[in-house]
Amino acid sequence: MSESAATPTPAVATELRAARSHLGRRLLKNPTGLTALLVLVVMILLAVFADFLAPMDPNKANIQDVLAPAGGAHPLGADSAGRDVLSRLLFATRFSIAGALWAVLIAAVIGVTSGLIAGYYQKWFESVSVWVISIIQALPGIVVLLAARAVVGPSIWLIMAVFGVILSPAFYRLTYTAVVGVRNELFVDAARVAGVGDASIIGRHILSVVRAPIIIQAALLAGIGIAVQAGLDFLGLGDTNVPTWGQMLSDAFSRMYQQPVLLVWPSLAIALTSVALVLFGNALRDELERAAGKPKKRRRGAAAYTPDASGPAPVVHAEERDDARPVLLEVNDLVVGYDQPDGTVKQVVNGVSLKVRKGEVHGLIGESGSGKTQTAWSILRLLPGGGRIVAGTVLFDGKDLAHLSEKEMTKIRGRRIAYIPQEPMSNLDPSFTIGSQLVEPMTVTLGISKAEAKKRALALLGRVGLPDPQKTFDSYPHEVSGGQAQRVLIAGAVSCEADLIIADEPTTALDVTVQAEILDLLRELQNDLHVSVLIVTHNFGVVADLCDRVSVMQHGRIVETGPARSIFAGPRHPYTKSLFDAILEDGAARGPLAHSADRHTLTEESAR
Amino acid sequence: MTAQTANSREPLLVVDDLVVEYPAKGFGKKPFRALKGVSIDIHPGECVGLVGESGSGKTTLGRAVLGLAPVTGGSVRFKGRDISHLKRKQRRALADEIQVVFQDPYSSLNPSLTIEQTLAEPLRVKKMSAGDASKRIRTLLDQVGLPSNAADRLPREFSGGQRQRIAIARALALSPELIVCDEPVSALDLSTQARVLDLFKDIQEQTGVAYLFVSHDLAVVRHLSHRVAVMYHGEIVEYGDGGQVTSEPEHPYTQRLLLAAPVPDPLRQEQRRADRRRLLESQREMEVQAGV
Repeated sequence: MSESAATPTPAVATELRAARSHLGRRLLKNPTGLTALLVLVVMILLAVFADFLAPMDPNKANIQDVLAPAGGAHPLGADSAGRDVLSRLLFATRFSIAGALWAVLIAAVIGVTSGLIAGYYQKWFESVSVWVISIIQALPGIVVLLAARAVVGPSIWLIMAVFGVILSPAFYRLTYTAVVGVRNELFVDAARVAGVGDASIIGRHILSVVRAPIIIQAALLAGIGIAVQAGLDFLGLGDTNVPTWGQMLSDAFSRMYQQPVLLVWPSLAIALTSVALVLFGNALRDELERAAGKPKKRRRGAAAYTPDASGPAPVVHAEERDDARPVLLEVNDLVVGYDQPDGTVKQVVNGVSLKVRKGEVHGLIGESGSGKTQTAWSILRLLPGGGRIVAGTVLFDGKDLAHLSEKEMTKIRGRRIAYIPQEPMSNLDPSFTIGSQLVEPMTVTLGISKAEAKKRALALLGRVGLPDPQKTFDSYPHEVSGGQAQRVLIAGAVSCEADLIIADEPTTALDVTVQAEILDLLRELQNDLHVSVLIVTHNFGVVADLCDRVSVMQHGRIVETGPARSIFAGPRHPYTKSLFDAILEDGAARGPLAHSADRHTLTEESAR
Repeated sequence: MTAQTANSREPLLVVDDLVVEYPAKGFGKKPFRALKGVSIDIHPGECVGLVGESGSGKTTLGRAVLGLAPVTGGSVRFKGRDISHLKRKQRRALADEIQVVFQDPYSSLNPSLTIEQTLAEPLRVKKMSAGDASKRIRTLLDQVGLPSNAADRLPREFSGGQRQRIAIARALALSPELIVCDEPVSALDLSTQARVLDLFKDIQEQTGVAYLFVSHDLAVVRHLSHRVAVMYHGEIVEYGDGGQVTSEPEHPYTQRLLLAAPVPDPLRQEQRRADRRRLLESQREMEVQAGV
């Protein structure tokens, strides 16, 4: 292989090693993981060094020592044939663990390979392998093992190999699912377009993703392997010349009344190893799933945290005319923070103040990370885990929502303040009909009967422009389009006659033509019902279409606020200006391709 | 290739009457026809915008050009050679001619590979030496406006816009002649979007690469494209000069699409709303008349 092709490999290896050691270090810090790992390491050391550690030959029978008690030449006593229990235990460790690993290895080789091929290439191999794997799964494992024992004789390796084949579907299914998930990732497509070969894609992009689940699965299956292997030997189906825990157990069992203590050692070994394997698998999974570390319970120190709501005051545009409408929602110096694992608080909203009057549509506009959605969620008190209102007040109709109990807040949500989400589909429960999802909140919040609620729901579905309300009422969410789902959610939001609707990017997930229809619907409903709306968006077109008033957010602060017309006519804050400059809507078209006498030739930039 | 206009030159890519069908789940079911006979051509150095809504087939067309969608009819010719049914190996050989920038800057970069490793991948396939590759990667990062110390970092350390720059660098690595851009700015913030679009434009002016630029946003397509094709239900309903298609469209669907996008100005938006309502009414009337 040429030098050029070989050189990048060390870099990859270092990177993978780094990732692995990172996980390994986390595993060592996990008490369960560390304990399990220690037990396993000790077991493996015992198995490897059995030759040196064992005081005598495990199969050497001495008629004088039959059932000898512990002590003297036999530290743990001797069994029914007068063999040394300690020596047998040590060698049994070797064969029991090796047998289980052998089965897992066979299962992994068969399952992972076929899972990778079936998941990546699909087509006929997938169909065939699914059939084969299903048949293997349908076979009763123990019966197959007994039959195999009858055919191949009492060989631990052959029996465990058969058991490996029986276990292989577990690896196959796991790998297959993971590969199917990854193969459609865009980085795999990009690698294909970049001309990377299939073997390389599987090795680099796909195996790295499925590696960890495979290790976990292997640990769990090894535990099962040890138990099954012990079970077979316990039944007396194993090779009597190979000491295993199962055989020791079997022998001890037959002398249970004479020397019950003999049962303890093999049982202890089996239990300890199986439990350690399972716990190791669990600890590994926990460490993998814990992405950035769970936010710990707030420490006492966090209460003393002083929120920082200072910052430049927003540019306020003067009112066009005196607005006599009463203020419905008044947010004052709102600070929202997320508790960090180290006890600090990460502020995402740094002192936001805004007012929404009755019947007003207020737009909250900003780019991602500006804190606009966090502001909306904190008004609803629906911040994700770890998030909380650190300071400030949210006055809604005279009540401070920031300090209401959860129970009182539940009464306000839905009934007084409704919510229209960004992703209509993920906000409808796929296992219930749309009708039932509309009726239930109405019967709860309005206290009306089901029949009455159904009548209202049908009327509302017609009102939001669905052509066949009854059909939509009976449909499940997957049977309607995204635009229709959003209409359903809007119907839900207005169903309980809320005073304030908080709409979080209500049209972002929709096509432009559908967006226009939804905007029309929102405007009509707002006109008819005189409801106040706080609409969170990043789209200036949506603001221009709907809003009376706009607040522009950046870095968790409102930088400019005022009547929409005034801000669109003359943005004053530099950030608002920069946003307006980035709008393409009114830009010039690029025009046809000019002829290119002096254009660079295509390959000039080539890497040669 | 001197003193010739774009139109008189041989097109780089010719898609002719292309049909793409996805097999339906379940035995004996009719396959889903994502493209119903689509024809399009792209000249060297040209940007052709492909605009449409979800399900219109615009992404499928891009994937068919990349060899990632099952072509059941018609042809995709690149420099006169049909590339619609290539074997995997032949397809891989096309890597230095046709490249891609995907929509999602998060899933288009492998999270466990550093930027250098991601960018080195196509170079390594071409057996470039490590030294040359690393030099090339530095040039690429510079070209897309990223600092050269970006090479050793992982994708998660970068923002959406920066990741998209990395994806562009990867596409440029082998100096292709055509880049399929599948909604490359849709996931980006407004100001980032404008900067990334300018980057696309600069790169095209510097290198003469051609783009097939897929987007749902007429304004974005208008900003960057020399010519624009509008897709609707798996067909191209309008194809022509970018300025004309995006400001005075002829097809009823394009007209609806244009007027559906809200203008960022309350007064003009009010006007556009009225225009849209009138358009929808007149189109409805025409439909009724046509039906009678």
